[in-house]
Amino acid sequence: MSTLEIKDLHVSIETEQGTKEILKGVSLTIRTGETHAIMGPNGSGKSTLASTIAGHPRYTVTSGSITLDGEDVTEMSVDERARAGVFLAMQYPVEVPGVTMTNFLRTAKTAIDGEAPKLRTWTKDVKDAMEKLRIDADFAQRNVNEGFSGGEKKRVEILQLELFKPKFAVLDETDSGLDVDALKVVSEGVNRAHAEGNMGTLLITHYTRILRYIKPDFVHVFVDGQVVEEGGPELADRLEEEGYDRYAKGAGPAVAAPAAVQA
Amino acid sequence: MTAEATTEKARIGAPSIEGFTEEGEQLVPAKVDRHHSHGVQVMASRAERLTSHDVADFALPNGREEEWRFTPVRELANLLSDAPSDAGVLNVAIEAPAAVVQRTLHAGEAPRGATLVPADRAAVVASANTDDALHIQIPANAELDEPVRVVLSGNGAGRRSNSHHVIEAGENSRAVVILEHDGSADHNGNVEVFVRGGAQLTVVSVQLWEDDAKHLAQHDAEVAKDAVYKHIAVTLGGKIVRLNSNVRFSGEGAEAELLGLYFADAGQHLEHRSFVDHNMPNCKSNVLYKGALQGKGAHTVWVGDVLIQKQAEGTDSYEKNQNLVLTDGCRADSVPNLEIETGLIEGAGHASATGRFDDEHLFYLMARGIPEDVARRLVVRGFLNEIIQKINVPALEDRLTEAVERELAATDN
Repeated sequence: MSTLEIKDLHVSIETEQGTKEILKGVSLTIRTGETHAIMGPNGSGKSTLASTIAGHPRYTVTSGSITLDGEDVTEMSVDERARAGVFLAMQYPVEVPGVTMTNFLRTAKTAIDGEAPKLRTWTKDVKDAMEKLRIDADFAQRNVNEGFSGGEKKRVEILQLELFKPKFAVLDETDSGLDVDALKVVSEGVNRAHAEGNMGTLLITHYTRILRYIKPDFVHVFVDGQVVEEGGPELADRLEEEGYDRYAKGAGPAVAAPAAVQA
Repeated sequence: MTAEATTEKARIGAPSIEGFTEEGEQLVPAKVDRHHSHGVQVMASRAERLTSHDVADFALPNGREEEWRFTPVRELANLLSDAPSDAGVLNVAIEAPAAVVQRTLHAGEAPRGATLVPADRAAVVASANTDDALHIQIPANAELDEPVRVVLSGNGAGRRSNSHHVIEAGENSRAVVILEHDGSADHNGNVEVFVRGGAQLTVVSVQLWEDDAKHLAQHDAEVAKDAVYKHIAVTLGGKIVRLNSNVRFSGEGAEAELLGLYFADAGQHLEHRSFVDHNMPNCKSNVLYKGALQGKGAHTVWVGDVLIQKQAEGTDSYEKNQNLVLTDGCRADSVPNLEIETGLIEGAGHASATGRFDDEHLFYLMARGIPEDVARRLVVRGFLNEIIQKINVPALEDRLTEAVERELAATDN
């Protein structure tokens, strides 16, 4: 059982107009086996939270903390976080020139586990995982994400999720740009990883449709860098009907006291 | 989120060199506006380039000439002067299988000078100041199971060295010849290659010079009927290296592959030029140069000329240059020029792309647990391996892989 705990997190970025605060005090606790959905309108800071957990250099933590089983994650480098068990499925996976998927997957697995995977079982694991995600076998010999469609990139993110077996997976708008079939395939991958019982999931999304395939235990509504409402799966249904309009500026938090759900 | 998307799109879609599309179309010489050439001499065709054995035909370049415009000519005064080699400046060690014949050729002694006619000031003074050209002859039908290895070691920075090598692969022979350059010198080295009918010859020129070496070179090959020629330039060391790799054909059904790999660090100028003259019908050529750059003032140049002459029907040619920029402060010039005088060809293509290994690539790999130094290595090794793998000499491949690793280690500090 592991715990990823985010406490009163404030995050800012440097812009041409100066420092801008994006996250204004976010608290969230995720435990192994739980799936938390973070929902909110564009620009609310959802992706900032995801990138900050992974350690993207663009984001500066000005106060608050992120801990993984008590270890200070903000003190870790990006690669140390990944080796500690944090995985970010990216919203815009970049194309990496000159590195084949096969080489990349093996190098990453070796780094995360601290030892090279057994060649025979690893090759089979990769092949099986690719088949389940309906990724063509020839992708293995192509360069990482090079020439992949948006949907293919997202499948490859989930492929990594299944192969690297992180303690916590942060899925940053994995559903965006996917058609219904691809959404199902990707969701099944997340559910398979979750079913192994050793992972907690933070699912960031703008739309509710992925929640038909991945069932959240908790839903947090993000507006303007803060959690303004929290609840169970039923909250997502309400959002689907009502949208984010009622959280518009001036309306104020519908429910007070973030983190009440976990208490 | 929108901002991130825009940034990504801009990075992937935008040309990396000013005035330069991914296809390089704007740089085809036929399209150069002659009225706005700012003193750069523009020729109607690559075929019009002056070639001569006479030193007097080549004035000292001032850097504004088309063929010198990327090169720091002011630093090349010693190499461009009509001067003999300094005594003992170059050690030449040759390892060759017993079948190989080694002798020397005076100026004018056949076949010396039949294929390599100097095309610039450096090449003409190199040959004019080489009395005895080393002649490496692979007899007809010989199939060498070991490469011929010629190691040229410079004995001092700033000391002048001239050389002219003639490599002759007899009919239906199979051979690999490796020229390795190390140490330091101001080296002017011409290499003249004859690939006789049906022969298969690979020439690898490896530049592992010290940081203060300067090296100018013209490598010219003539490829006969049904022969296959592969030239691979690997340039990792040297302050200034400028290597011209040229090929033309003397029979139909011949193939030429011109490959290159370079890795420029801070302060290095590494320039590679290739010219494939499709002067015969039904020949094939493929040109691929890949380079990595890192550090302030690292400068690489690739100029790839392909000329498909009117009579060269059935030609199939392709040329490509790819550069990978690893840090700020580097400059990669890349100029593909394709001239086609007949429409009756199989294919003719060219491409140039310069990409950056930037913070987003690094973040992606590190977010998968891969430490920064390993991530950089992974990318560069993968990028350059495509060329290294084509050398097909395992011992040399291993050494070059190690040399690339050392280049990378230099930036880890």
